[in-house]
Amino acid sequence: MSTTDTTGTGTTGAGTTSADTTSGTPRHTEVRHAKPPRSGVLLSAAAWVIGFLFALPVLWMVLTSFHNENDAAKNPPDVFAPLSLDGYRSFFDAGPWPPLLNSLTASVLSTALVLLLAFPAAYALSIRPVKKWTDVLFFFLSTKMLPIVAGILPLYLFAQTVGLLDNIWWLILLYTSMNLPIAIWMLRSFLAEVPVEMLEAASVDGASLTRTLKDIVAPVVMPGIASAALICFIFSWNELLLARVLTSTVAGTAPVFLTGFVTSQGLFLAKVCAASFVVSLPVLAAGFAAQDKLVQGLSMGAVK
Amino acid sequence: MSSSTATKPRAEQVRGPEPSAALRRMGDWARRAPLLPALIFVIVMTQLPFVATLVISFMNWNAYYPEERGFAGFDNFARVFTDTNTRQAVFVTILLTVSVVLVSLVLGLGIALLLDRKFRGQGIVRTMMITPFLIVPVAAALLWKHALYNPEYGLFNGLLKAVFGENAPQPDWITNNPLIAVIAALVWQWTPFMMLILLAGLQSRPLDVVEAARIDGASSLQIFRSMTLPHLRQYIELSGLLGAIYVVQNFDHVFTITSGGLGTANLPYFIYQTFYTAQDYGRASAAGVVVVIGTILIATAALRTAFSLFKEDA
Repeated sequence: MSTTDTTGTGTTGAGTTSADTTSGTPRHTEVRHAKPPRSGVLLSAAAWVIGFLFALPVLWMVLTSFHNENDAAKNPPDVFAPLSLDGYRSFFDAGPWPPLLNSLTASVLSTALVLLLAFPAAYALSIRPVKKWTDVLFFFLSTKMLPIVAGILPLYLFAQTVGLLDNIWWLILLYTSMNLPIAIWMLRSFLAEVPVEMLEAASVDGASLTRTLKDIVAPVVMPGIASAALICFIFSWNELLLARVLTSTVAGTAPVFLTGFVTSQGLFLAKVCAASFVVSLPVLAAGFAAQDKLVQGLSMGAVK
Repeated sequence: MSSSTATKPRAEQVRGPEPSAALRRMGDWARRAPLLPALIFVIVMTQLPFVATLVISFMNWNAYYPEERGFAGFDNFARVFTDTNTRQAVFVTILLTVSVVLVSLVLGLGIALLLDRKFRGQGIVRTMMITPFLIVPVAAALLWKHALYNPEYGLFNGLLKAVFGENAPQPDWITNNPLIAVIAALVWQWTPFMMLILLAGLQSRPLDVVEAARIDGASSLQIFRSMTLPHLRQYIELSGLLGAIYVVQNFDHVFTITSGGLGTANLPYFIYQTFYTAQDYGRASAAGVVVVIGTILIATAALRTAFSLFKEDA
């Protein structure tokens, strides 16, 4: 087993390689080999066990969702019970498509809107610092600290007055304001990496603002834009409180559907697990596919 | 050069004080204009509602008694501060936030250190670790409540029976320890978030310096305490701050797992209930104002004093 480290370097998955490329500095893998092999094996085993424990609830949810209700409710659990699609059938019979589509619409459109507003703002805050830029940045971040509940009543009353209750557009605007500060924060640090000489050269050559943004800035910050988009999508898709208060039958989102689903029909474990899995699937897929972006986005380059 | 990578001077620090002549010619308006749409949007969507909340907090306004609407002075605030339910909600909010953030930070740091090594299947383990963060919070709360905690057919009691046989203890997890049940589910969901940020921090560490220290005979513990930890400080602060922002506002888990019962109602749930169920707009708004003042005080203190992120404020 002393060769674990050497073989490990050659056979590690795509996730590892991408993690390495995300960090700015090149990694010196030789240092890792200097570790004594035995403690290395123990630490690797520990990592495997902990990783498995964290994934276990989700694996259990997926397995349960493919059992029929009787087997799902067995105690002690019957892992090898025959597989069944009953849970999924009863979930899709309950009409989840409108809420799923609402969630998709709200998440995608608000993410687009966030990027549209955040990019110029982040640009102003990083490339050509406005005076007191830290104060402006702090203001944006402070709106994130304003708990949503502190404004939810006026948002509700306003929507009621102008007829925006149960309207997906109202939710889209609110999700945009919810994610905008974080997106600005992330994009600002990515934009700060654009070499200032290139901007000066463009300015001297008389390139327009749009031209500069499109041809010089955008290519450098594409990874930042992608990770900001991913995180905005996840937070919009996950949101429950605003959606629950401001929507009902027409514009209800998937999380709202999930809560109603359980309370109105009593408990059917396989069905609940199937529903939870389906609603989480878009986020799971996006998150797994763009793991390195997620890591990059969450560290937000804020400390770069 | 190696010292400059280690301390990481921020680009805007270099650029900030002396914008080039070409850029200065752009003028103030051209520099500010791109900022305005976002600024106006955020002010309209977040500050205006809060001002309205502030106004309503001084009103006597219960939707069930519309004819009694009027000015109430500080009555709502007096009720907020004397009401035992509100005080309980404040206490629960602080307890939930502090314990979830601290526990998931420590766990996240440990796991990040484990994952910051080359080993077979590293990619798979990292993927498994990320999974909890990628489960929709309501779904995660439902999963914990029904598939794990349920005393009849939850996984926890199922495992107890599988290991200790028919006479195994079968505790009712949520009823016995409602707050811990909520905290455990939240820690499970937030540890990956902390781990991801800290792992990014670890991987941006200049390894040649660590290598040099190792050659000089520094022990792993010494390297961790005097090199890794200081380097990670900003990342720890960042993940703690972001984690706190989201956990303070947690609604999904409290709503789903206990419906605020058994002494687990935090402020977001309490305000939701006061406004949505009891329809007491004045009192809900007063509670909202109290939450905001508390959050701003703590956040400002944290950002202004402890945070290196904003230290170079000009």
